[in-house]
Amino acid sequence: MSTPVHLALTVNGEKHESEVEPRQLLVHYLRDTLGLTGTHVGCDTSNCGACTCHVNGESVKSCTLLAVQAEGAEVLTIEGLGQEGNLHPLQSGFWEKHGLQCGYCTPGMIMAAADLLERNPDPSEEEIRHGLEGNLCRCTGYENIVRAVQHAAKAGSSAEVPA
Amino acid sequence: MSVTEAPAGGYVGQAMKRREDPRMITGRGNYIDDMILPGMLYMAVVRSPEAHATITSIDTSEAKAAPGVVAVFTGEELAGDFAGPIPMVWDPPGVDIHTPEHWPLKRGEVKHVGDPIAVVIANTTGQAVDAADMVIAELDPKPAVVDPEKALEEGSPLVWEQFGTNKTHEWAVAGGDFDEALSAAEVTIEQRVVNHRISGAPIEPRGSIAEPRAESLTLYSATQIPHIARFVLSGMLEIPEDRLRVVAPDVGGGFGAKLQVYAEEALVLVLAKRLNRPVKWVETRSEHMSTSHHGRDQIAYVTLTAKRDGTLTGVRAKVIADLGAYQQILTPFIPELGFPVAGGCYKIPAIDLNFVGVFTNKMATDAIRGAGRPEMTYWIELMMDKLARELDMDPLELRRKNFIPKEEFPYETPLGIVYDSGDYQGTLDKLLVNFDLDAFRSEQAQLREKGIHRGVGFSTWVEVCGLAPSRAVGPQGVGLQAAFWESAMVRVHPSGSATVYSGASPHGQGLDTSFAQIAADRLGIAPEQVHVIHGDTDTGPFGWGTYGSRSLSVGGEAIARAAEKVQEKAKKVCAALLEAAPEDIELADGKFSVRGSPDKSMTMAEISGAAHIPPNELPADIEPGLEETSFYDPENFVFPFGAHACIVDVDIETGKVKVVDYYAVDDCGPAINPMLIEGQVHGGITHAIGQALYEQVVYDDEGQLVTGTFVDYALPTAAELPSFNTDRTETPSPVNSLGVKGVGEAGTIAATPAVTAAVLDAIKPTGVEWLDMPLTPMRVWQAIKGDGPAATEQGKDLPEHGQGSAGSGPASPGEGGTS
Repeated sequence: MSTPVHLALTVNGEKHESEVEPRQLLVHYLRDTLGLTGTHVGCDTSNCGACTCHVNGESVKSCTLLAVQAEGAEVLTIEGLGQEGNLHPLQSGFWEKHGLQCGYCTPGMIMAAADLLERNPDPSEEEIRHGLEGNLCRCTGYENIVRAVQHAAKAGSSAEVPA
Repeated sequence: MSVTEAPAGGYVGQAMKRREDPRMITGRGNYIDDMILPGMLYMAVVRSPEAHATITSIDTSEAKAAPGVVAVFTGEELAGDFAGPIPMVWDPPGVDIHTPEHWPLKRGEVKHVGDPIAVVIANTTGQAVDAADMVIAELDPKPAVVDPEKALEEGSPLVWEQFGTNKTHEWAVAGGDFDEALSAAEVTIEQRVVNHRISGAPIEPRGSIAEPRAESLTLYSATQIPHIARFVLSGMLEIPEDRLRVVAPDVGGGFGAKLQVYAEEALVLVLAKRLNRPVKWVETRSEHMSTSHHGRDQIAYVTLTAKRDGTLTGVRAKVIADLGAYQQILTPFIPELGFPVAGGCYKIPAIDLNFVGVFTNKMATDAIRGAGRPEMTYWIELMMDKLARELDMDPLELRRKNFIPKEEFPYETPLGIVYDSGDYQGTLDKLLVNFDLDAFRSEQAQLREKGIHRGVGFSTWVEVCGLAPSRAVGPQGVGLQAAFWESAMVRVHPSGSATVYSGASPHGQGLDTSFAQIAADRLGIAPEQVHVIHGDTDTGPFGWGTYGSRSLSVGGEAIARAAEKVQEKAKKVCAALLEAAPEDIELADGKFSVRGSPDKSMTMAEISGAAHIPPNELPADIEPGLEETSFYDPENFVFPFGAHACIVDVDIETGKVKVVDYYAVDDCGPAINPMLIEGQVHGGITHAIGQALYEQVVYDDEGQLVTGTFVDYALPTAAELPSFNTDRTETPSPVNSLGVKGVGEAGTIAATPAVTAAVLDAIKPTGVEWLDMPLTPMRVWQAIKGDGPAATEQGKDLPEHGQGSAGSGPASPGEGGTS
């Protein structure tokens, strides 16, 4: 086993310093070291997007990144996007529009959608569908996910992602 | 809402937002891989890379010495830990089913790629996986059997030599005289119909944790059937049922793939017992693709007979079902499961069905969403289209001519199955209001002139669910060694809120919400005051779990019945306190009041308070407390139905199919929560579109799994799908007091024939009349060009198995887009 590497980064606004295995993926660092289990693992091949979070403001499949590659980065996970009582408009949208069933893909789907709305605050249905094609959902048929994103887009400027 | 404020009632029928959602949208769900227990160890499984081989030696010495490794075990070493093998529970009267002993870790031989041969237990997952790579297993390959039809041929290599055949069993059911129908037929059509192998592929992989504590064990598992798992595992491991607790935490989708008792569940329990520490295992996606059971994989030879005027006279199907290498819990029964609706929603006087199961060197098949019914719906609907072509009749007119009229329900089929209720003309009428077929046909003609090939396909379907009346499917019925009632316990607390326990085990369906709606109306409280729990064998009575679209029509009805019992008792308590007769107490608007004296009333909170802490002595015939249990075994199945239309564009230069529109009218009886129904229909249709166009589990000629990841096994993405136009009619079922039918599998059962029919309609000018799924660009293109075997009418030579990835592998347009 190779020597642990020092890692310093900010996650959900909180600074963390850790010694990590060089081979550890960011998703496992978030889940196993920080206990942020809202970011899920679904496929191991970067197809499903259940592990999507934001790194320096952009959505990233956290299974495609080594934890050490996030050195110095600002990471945002579903837990930091909003919590009960202070939901992000996308979280409200998914709740309102029945955008989830088993909930397993949901955090990744919401994080991908948050990035989409940052870049395109008023997407068409087609833009939403193409914007989320890197995230798989087996339950919903995506229709209510599209509606949830539209609902959040209508909420407009309040759909800001916390820094 | 305060507990004393009277709720409005009438919650059933409302599109209430889901109570499950807040934790899931904020990342606070509790799935199996989120759980970490003190002192927990991690298991990795060493699996066979060969489809069929003799294990000549396994060297674990290097793995044992690897960092962090606590133990390594082979099948031989754990042989004494299991009192019995993984069971299969179908024992139909008069039928022998070859059922090989199926042990969690293999000894002697491996029978498919992924068969487990050793386990490594270490302090971290990484250490366990690293060390698993160091286990050296010498395997001496044997010839593998991959194609189920070839497996039945004389001289085929055998998966299990002791049986002398690859045929597992044969089961037949018939009603009416099909031979007579055949000899008298004015029109006879025949077709070989393939339903290929698919994966359930929930986004959450399977996983299990076993925790030893004092004299008992707890198994946390991503399962749809915690109670069945406890019953089976307690027998396999000789752990008394009262000492084994099984908990299903949040489960990230099942689709049948988690309706199973798996080797890994038994293994973590055995290891936790041996090592006296918690042991966790979570599958990789490749393990899911190779060792979570698959579905479908059937070839049906179907014959449909009719009169010249289109009146159906008979249907015969000979089904060859590829069951894989082992019999899992329901493996051989799944192909037969749809037999009650083999005649679809049509009056067919003679039905003759024959099922042959076959061993191959592949993972076992078992229930995947729809389980038996999508296959039958697929062939009966496409055969109706084919018959219409033969008769030069409009396919919808042919259907209407043969629909069971709504006046004839309950309708008994020639197989003795009684369809509970239906209005098949009604759903088709409504579909054609929403979807203007005449306008479509003129648009289609215009588009064709521009070179755009658009087509429409229909499915007027009926399915059988609400599993199940135990007398019909149990030992005295078709022979499952099980029953299928459901349990419910309703407990009103002293302050008037309630806890509802269900033996069902929902995993995404939203039943916590609809169960609360059902209970709230009957208890005179708000749904917010009803806590719903399930999926823990220590918290309530035995239950049969969630599958087969049963949890509302059986589990929900059990809750309704238990809540009614509580209401009856509440009325007695109320009557005693208000000095009235119990039969004079009525519940309305959250108040129990004396008929004719609305000012004399009590809330549930007041009644429950009095039931627990009586202000004065209750009559001797009233026990204290307010809690009731119900075990509900339905009298019959329920039969949801509907009419779907799929519209596709086919690029005839590339063969690529795009679903451009989809209309569905479903009838699952009165809605408890219409929002949840819509969600189930969307997801079900998408699952079927996935099977029809993109998804296929492919093994090559040597039995190597070609589709081992989501790179190769293509699930539909948002970009491939249109918005769905869904609508409903409501025909109550007489079977249960709620009038409800199931809806979880409906879309999946309904949609595959509509998609295929739409593609065939789109490419009709090319002369192609039959295609087998999945309708990949390669397959469609080859058919159009006429240089592929798929172009033949019978499709007989179409290689379904062992053809590598070319032409059969998934070809989702999303493949390049999932970055």
